[in-house]
Amino acid sequence: MFKILQKAISTGIVTTAYPSKPVKISEHFRGRPSFDFEKWQDARPAEDVCPTGAISFCDDGDSRKVTVDYGLCVFCGLCAEASADQAVRITQEFELATADRRNLVLTAEYTLNADGTHRRLRALHRDFSNPAADVERVGQTAREKIQKLLGRSLAIREVDAGSCNGCELEIIALNNPIYDIERFGIHFVASPRHADMLLVTGPVTRNMEFALLKTYRAMPEPRLVVAVGACGISGGIFGANYASLGAVDKVLPVDVYIPGCPPRPQALLQGILLAVGRLRETRYDERP
Amino acid sequence: MKQVNFPLFATFCQKFGAQVQSMHSERDDETYLFINNSDIRDIAEYLRGEFEARLVTVFAEDRCSTDGVFFNYYVFEQNDNPQYLIVRAPVSADDPRFPSLSAELPAVNWQEREIQDWFGLTATGHPNPRRVALHDNWPDVHPLRKDFPVDTVLAPFEGERHIYRPALGEGVFQVPVGPVHAGTIEPGHFSFAVAGEPILYLQLRMFYTHKGTEKLFERLPIHKAVFLAESVSGDSSFSHGTAFCQAIERAAEIQLPLRALIMRTILLELERICNHVADIGAIANDVGFVVANAHATRLKEMLFANNEQLAGNRLLRGMVCVGGIRRAWRAWQVDSLCDTVKAFAREFQDLVALINSSESTRDRLDHTGILKPKIAKDLGIVGVAGRASGIDLDVRRDHPYAAYRQYPFQVPVYQAGDVWHRMQVRIDEVKESLSIITRATDQDLNGEFRISVPPIPRNRCALSAVEGWRGEIIHWIRTGADNRLERCKIKDPSLNNWPAVVEAVQGNIIADFPVINKSFNLSYSGTDR
Repeated sequence: MFKILQKAISTGIVTTAYPSKPVKISEHFRGRPSFDFEKWQDARPAEDVCPTGAISFCDDGDSRKVTVDYGLCVFCGLCAEASADQAVRITQEFELATADRRNLVLTAEYTLNADGTHRRLRALHRDFSNPAADVERVGQTAREKIQKLLGRSLAIREVDAGSCNGCELEIIALNNPIYDIERFGIHFVASPRHADMLLVTGPVTRNMEFALLKTYRAMPEPRLVVAVGACGISGGIFGANYASLGAVDKVLPVDVYIPGCPPRPQALLQGILLAVGRLRETRYDERP
Repeated sequence: MKQVNFPLFATFCQKFGAQVQSMHSERDDETYLFINNSDIRDIAEYLRGEFEARLVTVFAEDRCSTDGVFFNYYVFEQNDNPQYLIVRAPVSADDPRFPSLSAELPAVNWQEREIQDWFGLTATGHPNPRRVALHDNWPDVHPLRKDFPVDTVLAPFEGERHIYRPALGEGVFQVPVGPVHAGTIEPGHFSFAVAGEPILYLQLRMFYTHKGTEKLFERLPIHKAVFLAESVSGDSSFSHGTAFCQAIERAAEIQLPLRALIMRTILLELERICNHVADIGAIANDVGFVVANAHATRLKEMLFANNEQLAGNRLLRGMVCVGGIRRAWRAWQVDSLCDTVKAFAREFQDLVALINSSESTRDRLDHTGILKPKIAKDLGIVGVAGRASGIDLDVRRDHPYAAYRQYPFQVPVYQAGDVWHRMQVRIDEVKESLSIITRATDQDLNGEFRISVPPIPRNRCALSAVEGWRGEIIHWIRTGADNRLERCKIKDPSLNNWPAVVEAVQGNIIADFPVINKSFNLSYSGTDR
């Protein structure tokens, strides 16, 4: 007993101040790849190396439409290494959670040169959702109801719908003394019947489809669903195949998407707090 | 392909006559023996009896379009011999059956049934030929056959997923658990038959996370497939990534620069320490010693921060590549690694002392979940669980890869086989790993860390083995055209070790199941792929 106390006192407080204070992370951490679309002369090398197809393009005559989908991104950093024009840069940004899947997609239209490189950026689209116009969305109403009903506390049921267990490692880390999610009144519960939020990882395997649905149906309303990681959002590296459906939102209505492979604990925290309206979405912008 | 004149080959020819076709070495430590029918029973018995060989893994390959047959591969290894012997046996496409080894060798029970499910080859004489890798409600498909497209959309499944053996007898109850568990863990179904508190037997249903991984390897170009390998089991990202890259490098005969090998060794050991310390904490947690777990998770977090510093990712993803390592470390990164290792070593000692000071923890873990050495041997248990039950195997020592030759280390082996000793193996291994990292970082990390990779020649086979933190990881590949693979077989140690959990829980109270399960800490994703 004395030893336990001695160790606790000598260790002191280790809990992070995030999100009230910004987090200090390594400069080597690979967060969101940022694209200087104006400067980008050729999307092909990045497309060629991207393991999940997060960067894709489609040529039509003299125009090329490039799509960047952060929902598919596994944050490997190969796109930045492959793009000789320095237009792709790896940032340390990790707060990418969003309530709208479309917010994770950027598209840019270029005029093409004869050699296949880009000449001119014609247009840049960011499918930002307009939260005001989305009030009818189930998720939105559920969110409001939950805020009203529960105030600031939240019970989470986690379901692994076929993940590689990478996301689970980071979700478990939320309970450690560093991230200590209980300080927000948020806790993980054993039964879906006690849960307000379903935190789902993995590309939803055919074998987990039914169990996931049953877990969801066992939850009392109002309820929230959060899709975690590239696999949960888009199937990630597994995509859709004979054994995998390739996204949580093919089975359940998803309220918040948390990109990452896996998302670091702070990113999970941001997404969870966002889902219950205790944080706002961070909006990154790609200025041409 | 070198045709070598093995003394062994003559013996084989003499003993098995016309059944033996040829023998050749793909590389120094990888020898193939081709036989001309699917019946390997006598050869397996001879190898096991005469040479005390261990059957490492069994897998199949669809070569109908090129050779007109399926091939089964049986990988053997022998004590104190770095060589793997791989016996290749054809299975006719017209009569897709092969004699099962499972009755004598329970270790390949699941692996043979996997071949049945995925390739549609029947293991005749299998004592329990039911489906394992596809659930009972799947249609009659064989996804790893070449004529089955990876993106096939199967109609919704109907019917029973699995029929469990009923729990019969007065006062005997069945306790179904999963696939969604109470904690944040992976999905699998456990059906316990209990008489009061003690567990009579446990039935497992795995493969809930089967996501077509082996099939997907046949679609992705090699440089992208590295990321798929890293996603076989998230907690072993670096080990699986390394096993995969090593297989490609072996197939393409690429020699890595020393610096890359040393860096891989350091990263492999870091992964081991991260997981071991987390498991030590989790085991203590499952018997109510929450404070120890708090310290252990803090230590793990310390290493994860260090991982990020070294690799840009907390799970060490995106660091290994075919041809070496993706980025070198600057001097300050190595210094900070050394500081972390020193600080960690101190803290780890405190953690172990803390756990050892708790009589009640020891009391709960001693004699709990015993896996007897004899059973462990029969079931082919590997890794941490094997070493706690007298199985003296470690790929790092037995088949050295990366830079392990340079850093001799002790392999802890215990006979008791209970939870306490599975924890003890981890404690000992953390200390050895710290010593390996210290020795490796003492060297000058200079020179090339990545070499350019020529186009990978097609139709080359290679076996690669890595001692992940859980145990022996095997990747076997056949290269194809356009920088792609024809086949990639992955064997995670979890696949060997699940049957051990079934044995270890018998007679224990159901309340001890979580801690017994945790002491094995097997990967569902690695098993199910």
